[in-house]
Order: sequence, then structure tokens, then C-alpha cells
Amino acid sequence: MMRNGVGREIPDNILGIGALRPFEKNMVNGMQKNVQPFKDRQRNSERNRVLDSIEAAVLRTGLKDGMTISFHHHFRNGDFVVNMVMDIIARMGIRDLVLAPSSLSDIHGPLVEHIKNGVIRRIETSGLRGDLAQAISNGLMDIPVVINSHGGRARSIASGELPIDVAFLGVPCCDSYGNANGFSLEHGAISACGSLGYAMVDAKHAKQVVLITDNLVEYPNTPFAIPESQVDYIVVVDSIGDPKGIVSGATRYTSNPKDLLIARCAAGVIEASGYFTDGFSLQTGSGGASLATTRFLREKMIAANIKASFALGGITGQIVDLYEEGLIKRLLDVQSFDLRAVESLKNNRLHQQIDAEYYASFDNKGCAAHQLDVVILSALEIDLDFNVNVITGSDGVIRGASGGHSDTAAGAAAVIIVAPLIRGRMPSILDKVNTVITPGHTVDVLVTDQGIAVNPLRKDLLENLKSAGLPVFSIEELKAKADRIVGKPDPILWEDKIVGLVKYRDGSIIDVIRQVKRKL
Amino acid sequence: MSRLRRTMLYVPGNHPGMIRDAHIYGADSIMFDLEDSVSLREKDAARMLVYHALRTLDYGNTELVVRVNGLNTPYGRVDFEAMVAARPNAIRLPKAETPDDIREADELITQLEELHGIEYGKIKLMAAVESALGVLNAYQIATASKRLIGIAIGAEDFVTDLKTTRSDDGIELLAARSQILFAARAAGIDALDTVFSDVNDEAGFMQEVKLIKQLGFDGKSIINPRQIEIVHRIFTPTEEEVRKSVRIIEAIKEAEEKGSGVVSLDGKMIDKPIVERARRVLQLNDAVKNSYFSTR
Repeated sequence: MMRNGVGREIPDNILGIGALRPFEKNMVNGMQKNVQPFKDRQRNSERNRVLDSIEAAVLRTGLKDGMTISFHHHFRNGDFVVNMVMDIIARMGIRDLVLAPSSLSDIHGPLVEHIKNGVIRRIETSGLRGDLAQAISNGLMDIPVVINSHGGRARSIASGELPIDVAFLGVPCCDSYGNANGFSLEHGAISACGSLGYAMVDAKHAKQVVLITDNLVEYPNTPFAIPESQVDYIVVVDSIGDPKGIVSGATRYTSNPKDLLIARCAAGVIEASGYFTDGFSLQTGSGGASLATTRFLREKMIAANIKASFALGGITGQIVDLYEEGLIKRLLDVQSFDLRAVESLKNNRLHQQIDAEYYASFDNKGCAAHQLDVVILSALEIDLDFNVNVITGSDGVIRGASGGHSDTAAGAAAVIIVAPLIRGRMPSILDKVNTVITPGHTVDVLVTDQGIAVNPLRKDLLENLKSAGLPVFSIEELKAKADRIVGKPDPILWEDKIVGLVKYRDGSIIDVIRQVKRKL
Repeated sequence: MSRLRRTMLYVPGNHPGMIRDAHIYGADSIMFDLEDSVSLREKDAARMLVYHALRTLDYGNTELVVRVNGLNTPYGRVDFEAMVAARPNAIRLPKAETPDDIREADELITQLEELHGIEYGKIKLMAAVESALGVLNAYQIATASKRLIGIAIGAEDFVTDLKTTRSDDGIELLAARSQILFAARAAGIDALDTVFSDVNDEAGFMQEVKLIKQLGFDGKSIINPRQIEIVHRIFTPTEEEVRKSVRIIEAIKEAEEKGSGVVSLDGKMIDKPIVERARRVLQLNDAVKNSYFSTR
């Protein structure tokens, strides 16, 4: 028996339960009663995690050489956070880091210097573009970049395969305790990006979480995507991004006649697929043809009185329009593509923010991608086995992102790839794609501006599309059509050095990317 | 039956990307342009490009037309020489003002056909009238050559010649359109309407297409593939029209089988114009059925 902090007799041990720990007053930090006057409470360190600077946050996290840090890509090409934090970390002399953002874009060219200077030793990302991608394709790094799908990244972080030591997450709206969101109900948010779906995974699993915001608001910042329970430190900076690069005002429907032609046909494919029934679900990408498919599908949904149960993935204004018209009942939003989508997330109760694990992770107890009926995806290249490349260009240089491509292809019942038959001088259909992101057996239909091809594995779809009178060819026939016009491209010349490893969503390696041969 | 010419898609002759797949949008005709859309410094390149496209690429059943430079320009003759060798379906002569313009082109084509061993009369002609003089001479122009299959109005130059501008309702073009149409019908060839330049003004475009269809035009030149579907939709007959036309044709067949001279349907006599109209309705309807991309 012992007497505890409030004077009660407590036994040392109970049979069947074991040793007991008596209550102690003032034992644990944070259990102390706070009696400061009201005006001081906001400055109390226990209720206020705001630090003066990014340097201070880096110091407090104890970031050391060789650790893994992460970022999100919700600010797309308007992101200031990655470059800002990396510059400071470099100045502080920390080296050999593993950089594991959810994706990188053109604006991240300055990382090249940090790689050259040994600040960054290794990168895991979904995508790479611009100068950074070019330099990596030219052999900049000693260790290959790992390319993850969105679901694959969430899975590897959650499973501990890719442990994040410190996540630096830019947030458009945050209170002093760390409740953060990509928009704000009443305060406005200049850098609003809508859903924080990719960042939510890092906040949940990283050992330490630093939020960086340009919009500190009154506690509690509800609704929140990232809860205070996951946050260590907060830094307020002048600006976390360029609003123009973060989201466009409203993603416009393309006026490109070829994209419209492909979109019209893709809508026809959905209609005839057998999955166009009341309660079906869909995901469309943000590319021209993929997005425009929504417009033609809308007409068909109205005509047939069909409503979709949900739309998934990156949400655009076009999808929001369909939701507000009652044609789509619910929106599951991992990434908001335009201001219209941001506004909808803010205002529409059935527009739900989801994280990347919920969206597409392969080995949790269930992800939304596996509930999909129809997905429209684009492709840089597709081959005769229906393998799809969305990462390397026709010159072999990295210029894209794996994204949710392979996740939704594996999850959806009808996977429709939209691509022009010919891009510039290059055919889109090859004998073998340069890099496999999505394996052909998970791809069902290719829609081009000059006809449709159905994966021979899907005899059911082939029958449905043919009997609907759609212009169906074999993929070999479509390829021959393109080859007759532009000829066969010369093969890309590669060096032996591997510059990229492409992970499939389960973590296995589906392909490697090699260094492009230097031009003589 | 003559082929449909609801839509004639302008394709600048110096634009390889557009030349490569101009046929995929389902226009009835493609008009490769060597004239106004090609700057002087690119005239030669455009001519070569269109020549090779016509010789190399497979445009399916689409009618292929080339708008050449006039014979009164330094490029006209070379254009004719290259294009006859490339064997399009037709050459379109811009800014036709007198029957002599047509006869000159006709004679040149005849010589070039002979030179290249092409069957006489194989290459057709279209004429675009773009001035007051041309409109007044429309019938003489339309009957100046057996090669002529259509006469078109080019409104931009025409309104300038009239010292006016184009209006939304097109009142300034009414007389000229009518005159062109009379000339075409009297000569037994097609009447083709001018372009509508504001691609984003869908409502204005629809209004104009309805107008020219009602006037009697066979079709319209268009400058953007997005306009094709709109024209085809407006030219698509209603189900009622199709049903009626099918019955007319059936009645004719039945009468022919019986050897009966006079045909009537629902108590009304069916004469030649009614039959022709019915055939045209069915032709328009078939075109819609057979073309997935451009009409649904």
C-alpha cells in the first residue's frame, strides 16, 4: 500500500493486473495547472508551439546528418517551402539528408545545388520536372531517385519502410497549437490549396512535424486537416507560396479540338463500358482530355438520369459543378486543383478531405481507389502490352510524376487511358515504353484521336464498345496508323548508370530509369 | 449523288501539326490554304508541305481541296503546277471576278493534267467570289468551266469592297449570298458559305449556320475543328424528316416495281423535287450515322 498524490491508499499490486503506478501531482509536464492571466496564456510554451524561425525549428527537432525529411506538393509550382527550408538547412551545415517529398516540380530547380554540395544524398518522390529532373537524368546523383506512387508513398511511410524524421509542412492556415488546414472558413487564406491529403500522411507518421504558415489564426482552427496532436513546432513566414502557382482560378475546359475529340470519345467509352449505371464512381485527371471527358459525361448522365456515388482523387471545378448539380453525390478529395475546388471543400459538407493512405494505399484495411469503377488517366507513352509511361519523355529525360496512376489503375474496374495518337513528331504507342509506371494488365482501354484499343484481357469491354459502334481497333493497328505518318522513332541511347528506381505501389521495383547518353 | 460539303475545314498550308491530322475531326472537306493564311516568306515551304502531305498521307474519304494563290500573283502558277501534280480532289481559286479567271485556271489545269498523265477533268475547281464584281458575275463564273463543283462567298474581302463591315445578323451579305446561291443552283453546282471568325462565339455561329442552311447553302467554310460538330448537328435532319423521307423512297421503289408512272403518298403526288429532297435528307442522316467522332 502507498499513499498517492491526493492522499488515497493505493495497493502496489493487483493480481491479474500487475504493478500499479500511483497518481502524483505535478509529475508530468502538461499536467500542471495553468494559472496564468488570460493575456499571457497565448504565449505559454505549452499552448503555443510557434518558434521564431525555421532555424530555431531545425535546431529544436535535432535534425542531424543522414536523417530523412519530407515535404508535400499541394503548392505545386507555387511552392516556396521546399527551397526556403533547404536553403536554411544547407546554411546550418547539415548534410547527407534523404529528401522525401510527396512530389517536386519545376520550381525546385535550386535543389540541384544542394545535391552537388552534399546536403541532399538521396531523393524519394512521386515526380520530378524541370532543371532538377534534367540534372538527375544526366547523372547528377550517386544514388538513384526512388519514384513512388501516391499510394505507394503513403504505404511505405505508414509501414515504416520510409521513416520520416522531420516533416516540414507548409500550411495555408494554422493556429498556434498546430491545427492546420488548406483553407480557412472565416479568416481567408492567401495561399489556400484546399485539401492537404498528402501532407496528412506525413503529419500522422513523421517523428517530428514542423508546420510553416503565412496565416496564423485564432485557436482552435476548425475544421482542420492536421490536428494539434500531431504537431511539434510552428513557424510563421512572410509567404509559403505564390497563389498563382498553387491553384488556378478555375481549371478551364480545354479548347484544344484534339483533346475535345478524345474526351468525347472517352465519354462514349464510359457510357458503353457496362459500368455507366446509377451509383457508379469515377476519377478524372487534370489533363486537358481527361478533364474534358467530364463535360461530355455530364450530358450523358443527365440524359440517362444516372448519378455517380462519388468522385475521387484530385478534385477540379468541373467535378464540383457536377456535384452541385446533383450528378455526383460525394467528393473524396486528396488534392484540390483549383479555387473552385478549394471553395467547395470549404462550403460543401459532402466534399470530404481524405489523406493519401485512405486514397490509395495498398496494404491498409481498405482504400478508396479500390472502390473506383471508372478512371480516366493520361499517358506519355503506352506500349503494345498496354504498359504506361508517365514519367520519362520521348528523350528519356524525367519530366513527370507517377502520381496515383498505378494505384487507380489497379483499383478501378474500367481504366481508360487518353492520349493523342501522335505528339509532335512522336507516336504515343511504342513496342515498349521507355519506363513502366503502370503495368499493362491493369490498363483496359486506350482512347486516341484516331480510334480506341481495348486490352485483349478485357473481352467484356471489347464486346461492349464494339456493339456500341465505337471505332475500336487493335492497339497494333493504331500503332501502325501512327507509324505510317511519323515513322518509328530512333531508340533512346542510355548510359549504364541507373538514375531512378520506379517502385510499384506495393514497394516492389517495376522499372529502372537510366542516365540519358550525353549528346556528342 | 454528289458528295456532302457541309463543312470545309481551313488548314494553313504552313502548319505541319494541323496538316498531319486535319481529317480526324470529320469535316466533309479539308481545304489546305496556300493563300491568305500563309505569309509571303513561307509560300514555298507551304507549297512543298501540302504537296508532300497530299502525296503521302491517307485522309480517308475526306474531300481534299487546295486554295491556291491567284494567277495574277507571283505564286499562282507554281501553286497550280505543284498541286495538280499532287492530285487533290479540287483546287479552289480565290478572288474570282470574271469567267476569264476560271477559264484561265481551267486551261492551265488541263495542260498540267496532260503533263502528269492525269485523266482529263479529274481535278475539279471551286471558285471563291470576294468582290462586288465577282458577285455580279456569279452565274457566268459558275458556268465558266465543267470542272467547277462549287462556288463560295468570301465575306471578309467582300464587305471591305462594299465599304462596310460584318454584322451579327449578316444583313450586308444577304444580297450576295442570295446571288451566289442562285448562280450555283442555276449552274447545278454547290453553294458554300464564308467563314465565321469568332471561334468562341458559339451562339453567333449557330445563328449564322441556321441562316445559311435556311437560305439553301450546301455548307460552310470553317476555321476551327470545334465548329464542325455544330454545323453537322444543324444540318442533321430531324427524325420526322428521316421517317418521311424513308417512306417517300419506299413509295418510289414500290411504284417502280409495279411499273406505275405516277407515285403518291398519303394522297399527295410525289414529284421529282420531293424525291430529291428525300434523298438528300437520307444522305445527311447517313453521314451522321457513319461518323462517330464528329457528330455524337
